[in-house]
Amino acid sequence: MEHIRMPKVEHVRLVDRSSSRRTQVGTLYLTATHTIFVGKGSEDRNDLWVLHSLVCNVVKHKASQSGYPLLIICKNFQVIRFIIPQESDCHDVYISLSRLSRPEKYEELYCFSFNPNVDKAEREHSWDFLDLKAEYSRMGLPNKLWHVNPINREYRVCDTYPADLFVPKSVTLPVIVGSSKFRSRGRFPTLSYYCKENHATICRSSQPLSGFSARCLEDEQMLQAIMKSNPGSRFMYVVDTRPKLNAMANRAAGKGYENEDNYCNIKFQFIGIENIHVMRNSQQKLIEVSALHSPSMGEFLTGLENSDWLRHIKSIMEAGLFISKAVAEEGVSVLVHCSDGWDRTAQVCSVASVLLDPYYRTLKGLMVLIEKDWVSFGHMFSHRCGHLIGEAKEVSPVIDQFLECVWQLMEQFPCAFEYNEKFLISIHIHIYSCHYGNFICNSQKERKDLILCIIKEKAHSVWLHLWEKKLDFMNPLFKPDQSQNQGLLRPSTAPYCFKYWRRLYNRFDRELHPRQSELDCLMTVKEETQKLEEELALYEQKMAVLDKERAKTLYMQKGVLDSKQALWSLPLDTSLANTPQDYIGGAPNLCLFGDQTKSSDADNSDQESGVADFSSHSSGEESLPSEDSVKDPDSDETGPNRA
Amino acid sequence: MELSEHIKTANVEAVTLRRPFHPALRGTLCVTSHHLLFSDRKDEASRQLLILIKNIDAIEKSVENLFGYPRAVGSSGTITIKCKDLLVLQLEIPGMEECLNIASSIEVLNIVITSHRQKERLLWDRWRVSKVNSDYSVCPSYPSAVIVPREVDDDKLIRSARFRQGGRFPVLSYCHHRNGMVIMRSSQPLTGANKKRCKEDELLLQAVIDGSELGYIIDLRSAQQAQQARMTGGGFESKSCYSHWKRIHRHHERGKVVQESLIKLVEVCSDPSHTVDRWLSKLENSKWLSHVHSALSTAGLVVECVERDGHSVLVHGSEGTDNTLLVSSLAQLILDPASRTVTGFLCLLEREWIQAGHPFQQRCAHSVYSHARLKQECPSFLLLLDCVWQVWRQFPLALEFSEALLLRLAQEVYASNYGTFLCNSEQERCAAGVKENTHCLFQSLLKPDIEEQYLNPLYEPTDLAIWPSVHPQSLQLWTGMFLRWTKHAQNMEEAREEVWRIVKEHRERAGPDRTNNTLSTHCDTLTPFENLMDELTIL
Repeated sequence: MEHIRMPKVEHVRLVDRSSSRRTQVGTLYLTATHTIFVGKGSEDRNDLWVLHSLVCNVVKHKASQSGYPLLIICKNFQVIRFIIPQESDCHDVYISLSRLSRPEKYEELYCFSFNPNVDKAEREHSWDFLDLKAEYSRMGLPNKLWHVNPINREYRVCDTYPADLFVPKSVTLPVIVGSSKFRSRGRFPTLSYYCKENHATICRSSQPLSGFSARCLEDEQMLQAIMKSNPGSRFMYVVDTRPKLNAMANRAAGKGYENEDNYCNIKFQFIGIENIHVMRNSQQKLIEVSALHSPSMGEFLTGLENSDWLRHIKSIMEAGLFISKAVAEEGVSVLVHCSDGWDRTAQVCSVASVLLDPYYRTLKGLMVLIEKDWVSFGHMFSHRCGHLIGEAKEVSPVIDQFLECVWQLMEQFPCAFEYNEKFLISIHIHIYSCHYGNFICNSQKERKDLILCIIKEKAHSVWLHLWEKKLDFMNPLFKPDQSQNQGLLRPSTAPYCFKYWRRLYNRFDRELHPRQSELDCLMTVKEETQKLEEELALYEQKMAVLDKERAKTLYMQKGVLDSKQALWSLPLDTSLANTPQDYIGGAPNLCLFGDQTKSSDADNSDQESGVADFSSHSSGEESLPSEDSVKDPDSDETGPNRA
Repeated sequence: MELSEHIKTANVEAVTLRRPFHPALRGTLCVTSHHLLFSDRKDEASRQLLILIKNIDAIEKSVENLFGYPRAVGSSGTITIKCKDLLVLQLEIPGMEECLNIASSIEVLNIVITSHRQKERLLWDRWRVSKVNSDYSVCPSYPSAVIVPREVDDDKLIRSARFRQGGRFPVLSYCHHRNGMVIMRSSQPLTGANKKRCKEDELLLQAVIDGSELGYIIDLRSAQQAQQARMTGGGFESKSCYSHWKRIHRHHERGKVVQESLIKLVEVCSDPSHTVDRWLSKLENSKWLSHVHSALSTAGLVVECVERDGHSVLVHGSEGTDNTLLVSSLAQLILDPASRTVTGFLCLLEREWIQAGHPFQQRCAHSVYSHARLKQECPSFLLLLDCVWQVWRQFPLALEFSEALLLRLAQEVYASNYGTFLCNSEQERCAAGVKENTHCLFQSLLKPDIEEQYLNPLYEPTDLAIWPSVHPQSLQLWTGMFLRWTKHAQNMEEAREEVWRIVKEHRERAGPDRTNNTLSTHCDTLTPFENLMDELTIL
């Protein structure tokens, strides 16, 4: 609170980027957690809520006739333009926001003040939603060749790795320790994915400290053991995801890459994915292109090309494809590394996993994959996403690129994924917003040590939250049983298969997107079919019960009454027989009526407001922007009153 | 548009009705297409009131206290209804918004009911079918019958035709039923270097806009090109001679340039070995998407003139046989729900392309692979199909036909078992006996039952204009066409089949009516796109 110099400014104008006509006048509030803009005389839905932790940058522009422009640039690529009448107010807001959006301590992050209406047990339960142990056992681990080695339980061998690590059973502790000493930051080769069908694995590590000629026996034994743990193959791939030049340059610093001559039966391969700095600049250029105000076709395509973004996405995809093919088609294990083994390595391993295993194309599968390859293996979320004030050079859209690879795959295989693009975008927001506690800190150890108590005491886990909203994230076209959607996906890496992800980068430019959504529509149709089927089943069940009762009555009547009196049972009989017919005749009608009124309501509201009014959850694109980033429906308590 | 669609609020509870000789009554107010119904939901007839909307002579809304009744408490409003039979009633409606909605619904309904019929009659009062071209002597590329303003006689048409390139004088292409505004098309006027005038041509256009209104001429050339055209005998409508028309220039590439774009595009699509950078720069370099962009933008501009601003439009470029048809038919697709059905779309093509004299034979003699020297080839029609595809991507529920129909047309236009795309004009087709000797593609597509693959399973008609976004971010490469023979297309086919399966399953369970109902909830608001609005305002 002490950072807020100016809690409230009146007569602020919110300028729409695409059209100056849609400017709103209203009041700007600064709270401890949000910037809130309330349009004058407008209803709730026009309120704008921006989490401070989502703010990437605050910029003051030169004064214009109408006042002092203030830009809030968000990490979800939203750019909000305010015009503030008084220079002093503008400056105060600027100073306050600049400070509020750059927290210095983890404790300042929103996830520690976010307090949805759930009790302690529920919150703790949310942290148990994903279980990595269960994930490894789904893969078929541990087995007779791989086991969990307790060596890193205290994070002594490698402080950026998780506590539980799978290594070949044949590997002894000294080998692990030796190998870890020969790798950057102690990140020795360990298992990331195991393929049940043919025992091939994807392992990951950091670069070896080979310099120009150094060797390490234990490291060589380690690789040998990994290779041997795949009985079917006689060699393994070692994939260095860096461009060869970068890897060679590292040798001068005593790091480098594996020498094929020193390691038995390895095939060494470079895959040129650029480093985090190149990626950061590339995305910056892409964002500039996406923000162009009505560019020509040529300007847009040239800008897209010059950003190099799609080229980088393609190189990550190709690396993933290479590895997944090696595992699935050749049955050969692969060791992947880059420099430190937490950026490119994470990207490539997880893209390969999505290609290999249909499970990662389901909602829960993708959550587990991110939890495993990114959160537990020490992707430095705090640095890469800039959660805290710190080195700008450490920020890089590494996880964005992974999500985008998945999106590109979804574009190529519309029936292969259980989730839709809203799911990816929601994950993207949550990674940056610090709304939940999952993506803060840089490693498992940090999370446990530093703020173990407060994370689990105060913050919530996003995965359960997303799971509860899963109906919003379903792809109606998902066909898991189709043979081409099982097993390895073989995407084309032809250049035309890589598209600009409009929904992510232009998410807030509503006029750019299709006005009707095919998928939402299909989802509603599908749900309704299901509902009708359930109804039908219910009635059939009731019929069966009634039939039984009727038979029983008849039987009893027969038993009790003699044949003459049985005539009396006729009216009773018919009335009973009528009952199920009434249900069938009456119920669908009733339901039809209900439906009609609903749909006509929806029509009206469509005409008026553009806000679709289906009570079902497939509520169109509009539901997305309003959620999470701008205003969370269950975060009422963090409103201005509370602050 | 149905009458009921004008009703903003159909039902309000807790309304107080005051009328002569009756105590004030609280109850529910309903607005229907033709009636105003008030009831306190009890059986007595005196406690109900039914008023024909037609009977309402005036309606006043107010928050002030009228007739000495106490002022409404809280947010509420009063509507005073004055009927033609001299009855005066007051309705106190809780909620400001409801009050205003009810009042405006009644006002609009009253106008609409009255004008519903009149409009159609008016239309035919102003326009007529002229057979001046029945022997194709006035304009060889026009059909034998065209629609022109009623007050312009055939002699004037002949004069105007002499003043237009190829004799293509301004004719009616589309009349917007909601406001009676029209889209006309023609070729360029032959003003030449010494600024010739043609009084009949001026009169013809004056007749189109009927007195004091303003019309827009959308010239599909840049202002500079239009100036240059005067050197070769062509030209444009000058401000001084056509004072009620405002000219807007929009540059469109034509002929060889567009053909070369297509060649470059296909070339880059068929080489998957490129890097992404090279692919993007070659895609940009082909300029194909730029042509799509400009066609859709100009069509959007035309629609804005007609639908939003309520002005008539004349579209022309030079000859008026390519881009002119492209823009006018796209504008109709955006504006007119009728042209979004299969039949309507094929009719549109028949009217705006085949009868209007798009020289198919010249334009589609060769496609992209031919080594023959280019003469008059130009993929204008393919460009249209691409634009239609873009509209479909943005409004996946709005068109009755599917991508497959567009692909089929793209194929037929170059090589066909049917006679539909033969020759360059109706005159040529007549002379060659096309109608007698060949079958009609459109008829075979429609009869007896159109093949399922040509239908859009999600089709849900909407009466509103479907304004496509023309931002480069919103336009995509038509992969179904240009990457048709790649693996990519197979996965899309799988998705298409799955869509059909889901819809069919639903129909089986719920019956087709119910499916349509479900779909209809997905028609989002279709709002005009703002960038074009801004452009217009600047002009």
